Amino acid sequence: MPHISLNNLSISYGNHKVLHEVSVDIPDSQITVIIGPSGCGKTTLLKSLNRLLDLNDDVSVKGNVLIDGVNTYDPKADVLSLRKKLGFLSQRPYPLPMSIYDNIAFGPKVHRLTQEQIVQQIRDLEGRSFQVPERKNGAMDVLVESYLRLAGLWDEVKDRLRTPASRLSIGQQQRLALARALAVEPEAILADEPTSALDPLSAQLIEKQFKFLRNNYTIVVVTHILRQARRIADYVIFLYLGELVEHGPAESFFKSPKDERTRAYISGEIS
Amino acid sequence: MRSRRLEEQIFKGLMIASLTLVLVVLAGIIFITIYKGAPALTLSMLTETPKGGYYLGKEGGIANAIVGSLYLGLGASFCALLLSVPVAFGLQKEYTGWRFASFTKLVLDVLWGIPSIVYGAFGFVVMAYFGLRASLLGGIIVLTLLMLPIMVRSMEEVIRTIPLELKEVSYALGTTRIETTMAVVLRQALPGMVTAVLLAFGRGIGDAASILFTAGYTDYIPRSLFDPVASLPLAVFFQIGTPIPEVQERAYASALILLLIVFVVSIVSRILSHRFSKHIVR
Amino acid sequence: MKVRRFKDSLATTFIRASLVFVNAIAFVIAITLFMKTRPILAKTTLSHLLSSTSWHPLRGDFGFFPFIIGTLEVTAIAMILSIPVCLLSAIYLSEYAHGRFRGFVRLVVDILAGIPSVIYGLCGVIAIVPLVRILGQALGSPTTGYSLLAGGIILAIMVSPVITSVALEVFRTIPRAARENSLALGITTWEMVKHVILRSSLHGIIAAIVLGFARAFGETMAVLMVVGNVPKVPLSLFDPAYPLPALIANNYGEMMSIPLYDSALMFAALILMVVVGGFSLGAHLILLKIERRGYV
Repeated sequence: MPHISLNNLSISYGNHKVLHEVSVDIPDSQITVIIGPSGCGKTTLLKSLNRLLDLNDDVSVKGNVLIDGVNTYDPKADVLSLRKKLGFLSQRPYPLPMSIYDNIAFGPKVHRLTQEQIVQQIRDLEGRSFQVPERKNGAMDVLVESYLRLAGLWDEVKDRLRTPASRLSIGQQQRLALARALAVEPEAILADEPTSALDPLSAQLIEKQFKFLRNNYTIVVVTHILRQARRIADYVIFLYLGELVEHGPAESFFKSPKDERTRAYISGEIS
Repeated sequence: MRSRRLEEQIFKGLMIASLTLVLVVLAGIIFITIYKGAPALTLSMLTETPKGGYYLGKEGGIANAIVGSLYLGLGASFCALLLSVPVAFGLQKEYTGWRFASFTKLVLDVLWGIPSIVYGAFGFVVMAYFGLRASLLGGIIVLTLLMLPIMVRSMEEVIRTIPLELKEVSYALGTTRIETTMAVVLRQALPGMVTAVLLAFGRGIGDAASILFTAGYTDYIPRSLFDPVASLPLAVFFQIGTPIPEVQERAYASALILLLIVFVVSIVSRILSHRFSKHIVR
Repeated sequence: MKVRRFKDSLATTFIRASLVFVNAIAFVIAITLFMKTRPILAKTTLSHLLSSTSWHPLRGDFGFFPFIIGTLEVTAIAMILSIPVCLLSAIYLSEYAHGRFRGFVRLVVDILAGIPSVIYGLCGVIAIVPLVRILGQALGSPTTGYSLLAGGIILAIMVSPVITSVALEVFRTIPRAARENSLALGITTWEMVKHVILRSSLHGIIAAIVLGFARAFGETMAVLMVVGNVPKVPLSLFDPAYPLPALIANNYGEMMSIPLYDSALMFAALILMVVVGGFSLGAHLILLKIERRGYV
């Protein structure tokens, strides 16, 4: 059973329908790319998965989203652990208003991990045992370092961990956001046009990270850049005007689209 | 074409004249206060309480009013802060529906507009009902009411500018409302909240009408919450009302002290809000 | 997990309770004032209170007309003096001035808005009152200087930071594109102001004026110190007047000793609250609308 599957999901803001009866299973341990023109409900679909939509006014959601078999929109669902399972990268990176170090440590601290849990988490991540430094917060230090390394940021920031995260460049901020999301041990990563605010080099770094991470995580990326979708996608979902037009493995999707609209979009006739 | 240019020139001239007038008049207020107050300001004004015959021009100072004003201002700021922070946080949509939040904001706007004399009258009635005399406690309560809308509305203005996305990334980590509020919203809004508190403090310490009947006036520094308390604005008001020139001079000095306190608070608030903005995400 | 949830619900409850509490304060104030005015309303009629000019508290005769007129006139003078000057200043700052200069003036005006009203009153006594006395003598109407005009001038000075800064904020909400598009037609800056800026910010200007009015209407100490405080309908600018806030402030001490006096003063407070509250409510509703739409 896949981690994430959508079942007849319809979403509207007030009277405005944004998504119309979308049903799809998102394959595990692959990069799933959601493409489509702007304003067709890509971001809404993504944010419906971890219920960030709750922050908007008068949103109504019909149908359901199953995360590990649990319906997200069940009133009894545990939203907090659900969100913990799904890491999130926003369009523009938003570092939390604290230091670089605290940005990573924030998640584990909020979830009140014990020393043993932190050590266990690092072991799981690094796949080896290690020595916990004999100082206050020693384990947390190692944890922060591990995740910064994982996001390819460690060498750039190791000397200024205590400086405000807002002083990093945008590209670095996005990698920090990735590290921060990974530090709460999610099973999947949801990314909403994660490279749209970045320069080409930083964007490339993020794409590389995704390809590296896909072995262990289910990754869902929203993008409106077709070339990016071709570069990174294992599986593609095409939304058009709130409707799920077509979905399938990347290769067949791009080579032999079944729907006329997909073909038109891929060839650049509609955008 | 020429008449259009002329019209432009005339109005531009009028505008510059207007702005100059506004700035000159306001600068004049400050100038008069300093010009009249500075010669009358002596060390004993600051450090001594009124002695016998003070109001006839003899020895003494207004330490009672300075300390009294600080007690009133600090006490009321503290009480208003305790109440404002939860209210300002509560106006976010995570806690309150859109309707109730906008209604509350309008109520606060109306409260902000209510003249301070009305707060004074209300405070007096309530105190009379509970059998309280004019006292430090009464003054603090009334000033708290006066400051509350100022603080909440200024804090809320800052909190509202926090991008929704910033909260989203925090919630996406699996945090509860209060965790996000304390870790993200509080930090992000802190500089603005400091400014809000100091703004309200400045308003409160300079207000006379509300404490006229609720705080009373005394030549002594209050020892308990139930003692009456003197204050700088009332010191200005009472001393200017006497016919004796020496006492009037002291009104000028008191006004200068009050003005200095208000300015210092205003400038400190700007510096502090800059200092606290280290972690702010823009 | 349980602890976190418990903390969250506890905090949420507390936060919501504090919201309710703030609203309750407003209603308690309104209801208290209303209840306190009931004795006098039971004795005389509302129209008599509002229109009678006879003020003899000892005889139980409470006519508020002179005070209401005094308040209105003092406020009107303040508004007439300050509105044109403040609007022109705000237009200059918004459309002509350099961004840095605008920032500087905004800062200065913000600081000046915080000057306590007794200080304005004091400066009124020192500077404005003698000025009005000289002016009155020159115009052939001898006066002490403590007059309607002095009160109006001091109020005009006090509200100028309010009106200027709100108007400036409103002008700045007009998008740059609106300016660019009209200037591209080859019109002068003043014509752009006249046809585009003023027209599209009309509601906001009204809001700025109403906020200034509300501030002036309820201002107590500064006016009290220069206006003369004689309970008669003023016949000229140089006559003393007696606005409502000054009435309350001056007579509180003795109100308990005379029957119905406290109720009468509460009536004055209620008038102030209703008028000022209503006006500032209206102004904020307008500003709220502007904020939502960008500009009207």
